[in-house]
Amino acid sequence: MAVRTQSQHGRIRTSSWLLRGASILLVFGLWEWAGTIPVSIAFPRFTDTMSAFVEMLADGTFASAYAETIGPLLVGILLTAVGGLVAGLVMGLSPRAEWLGLPLIIVLQASPSAAIVPLITFLYGIGFAAKVFAVVLLSAPVIVLNSYRGITNTPKSLLEMSDAFLAKRWQRIWKIVLPAGSGLIFAGLRLGLAQGFTGAVLAELLITPTGVGDLITFYRAGADYPYMFAAIFSIILFASVSLTLLQRLEQRIFRPEMRPV
Amino acid sequence: MTDTPRLSSHGAPGTTGFSQEPAIRVMNLTKEYPGGIRALEGISFDVPKGELTSVIGPSGCGKTTSLKIIAGLVEATSGEVVVNGTQVRGPGPERAFVFQEFALMPWATVLRNVAFGLELRGFGRKERESIAHEYIAKMNLTGFEDAYPHQLSGGMRQRVGLARAMAVDADILLMDEPFASVDEQIRRKFQEDLLRLLSEEKKSVLFVTHSIEEAVYVSDQIVILTRGPAQVSNVVRPGIDRTGDPQNIRRSSAYLDCVESIWVELRNYLEE
Amino acid sequence: MTLRGFRIPMVFSLVVWCAIWEIIGRLNLISLIPPFTDVVEALFEVIPSTDFIDATMITFQAFAIGMGLALVVGISVGILMGRIPAVGNLMGMWVNIFESSPLTAIVPALMAILGFGLPTMIVTVFLFSVWVIALDTQVGVERVNPSLIEMGRSFGASNRALFSKIVFFAALPELLAGIRLGLIRGLKGVIIGQLLIAVIGMGYLFELYSRNFLMPEFWALLIILFGFAYIASEAVAYFERKVAFYATSR
Repeated sequence: MAVRTQSQHGRIRTSSWLLRGASILLVFGLWEWAGTIPVSIAFPRFTDTMSAFVEMLADGTFASAYAETIGPLLVGILLTAVGGLVAGLVMGLSPRAEWLGLPLIIVLQASPSAAIVPLITFLYGIGFAAKVFAVVLLSAPVIVLNSYRGITNTPKSLLEMSDAFLAKRWQRIWKIVLPAGSGLIFAGLRLGLAQGFTGAVLAELLITPTGVGDLITFYRAGADYPYMFAAIFSIILFASVSLTLLQRLEQRIFRPEMRPV
Repeated sequence: MTDTPRLSSHGAPGTTGFSQEPAIRVMNLTKEYPGGIRALEGISFDVPKGELTSVIGPSGCGKTTSLKIIAGLVEATSGEVVVNGTQVRGPGPERAFVFQEFALMPWATVLRNVAFGLELRGFGRKERESIAHEYIAKMNLTGFEDAYPHQLSGGMRQRVGLARAMAVDADILLMDEPFASVDEQIRRKFQEDLLRLLSEEKKSVLFVTHSIEEAVYVSDQIVILTRGPAQVSNVVRPGIDRTGDPQNIRRSSAYLDCVESIWVELRNYLEE
Repeated sequence: MTLRGFRIPMVFSLVVWCAIWEIIGRLNLISLIPPFTDVVEALFEVIPSTDFIDATMITFQAFAIGMGLALVVGISVGILMGRIPAVGNLMGMWVNIFESSPLTAIVPALMAILGFGLPTMIVTVFLFSVWVIALDTQVGVERVNPSLIEMGRSFGASNRALFSKIVFFAALPELLAGIRLGLIRGLKGVIIGQLLIAVIGMGYLFELYSRNFLMPEFWALLIILFGFAYIASEAVAYFERKVAFYATSR
């Protein structure tokens, strides 16, 4: 229970914002300093990177690159979300499916399955489908695993309660099991998206020279390091902003105190 | 229920002193868990209609197990449970359960939690919510309809659990240490509220507790179990006159003597 | 699952998957998937080959050095973040960003700065694994029950004793989880790094096998990596299970 008064709370919040601002200044300052020395000819200054960033933002380079990256990413995540939820549900409810599926998912989740990415070209060429496949490949294990955990982590007391009050099978799943697991399932989608970013970028760097990955490759080949760093900066910024927003949304919808313990 | 005649006889297991058919008849119940651990060893007792029967015994003796078997949540290894003349094969609409740890849905409001039993039975929203409002008022929860369980104290949470059980209008209430997670002062108030409510609603209650004082205070009949694997050690009818002030009941010699005699009996079953 | 009363351990379902793999391979459905038995055969050709031994040596070297650094740095930073709120505030944001961001994008920059050799791989492993180790260590340290620390203080424990006898053990479940996730990510990092560098280690082998369409060899190499990843993470998980009994009741 929060026992802090409003003003104390406010003060703590301001000081944490101050620290955060200081921390950003510190990191970018170090970057600028390291670029000025320079630690390497391939390491640009922060200011040069930022001006390249603004330039690419203004002339639409980023817009067209991200249009190519986000499409397959969203399609891949959507496919995996639907498939993963079904797979997790089946594994969570049927002991046979659990026996068959769980070890495979655990192995896949622990393994460097990125190594399969080069093979995708043989099946799906270098287009949209290849990127979707790379996204699915990397994001599926965590999404399936979290759905499964969400489904199986229903507190026993709530299951007994639904039994005692005569819930039918579908009521038990729809009214107890799914709401109880929704927080974990949503968290799985967020983690899956994080993996999906890696999948999309890896596919763009390795097999399909398009999108943000191609920007990075292109500027590296031309030794335009401020532009290369700006492209890398943009994808990390984009990923962390979208993941943070998702996390905020998650905390708002599935507040921890509303989750079963 | 205060007009029920109270007999102060120590009845043998399975007898009640009533010719009427009991609400619950438990016959020779045995439970063995996988791995050969025996929880119950041939338990038999009756829960008379319209009365409150409590089950008491050393901790871990299988009180909750027997209650969950009666609720149809756990299967017995052998023996049977007959409720209103029909053998129990699973949970049924004539029995409602109050859980020790409340078992409230953290994502649902008080109103939805109270109405949940009715929701599962397919009542329309209006109907189930008006019934729920009635029991919310009876449980002194008015004003908290839209609160979530995490915003309530332990005592209030259990009142939600009790309201949910009352709302489905079962004849029989099965209560698993309902006040164990509630602090002592609230618990006393609770016991008084429970008695008042039961005198209005005419239900048969089976009440599991580990508190001798609580059992004697609320019960018409007390089933004492031995240490696990549990057997019925004795069935006691405290026969306390509850017409007066609750404070006087707790000071009456009938109450104190009954508490003492159960303690003497239970002491034999404590672990050395 | 039980069959005629016998409980069959879950790992055995992998045998079923291998059988399915064999059938798909025999039916020649997808040219990329040779029968499982061919892959097993290839395993015996791949493992003794000098290409494989060289690749393993350099991969393991990069992995070990990178992981070692990540463990030392990650655990120390995590402890500082957990014990000193100012450090937690100062670094928390960056740790959280890099823990979940597509660090794959940084590898080309590392190649530009550090070249196509061991240093790039080491830094890649380090960057992939250090954040999650720091984050989990911080969570573990923060979750230490304050009454345990008060208990230690009231019995006159020195800071050192407080740390080595109470905080460390209380934080161990999360610490081990962080190490396990760090190992998994570090291994993913070394493979992704080598795939992008494409001229050394396993990345070179994968490139070689797929360019020459040596599918049995390709899958054999993949199985070795999957096996290693699984064994490494299970080894840490074994210790995690040993402390799990108090993880829920601190």
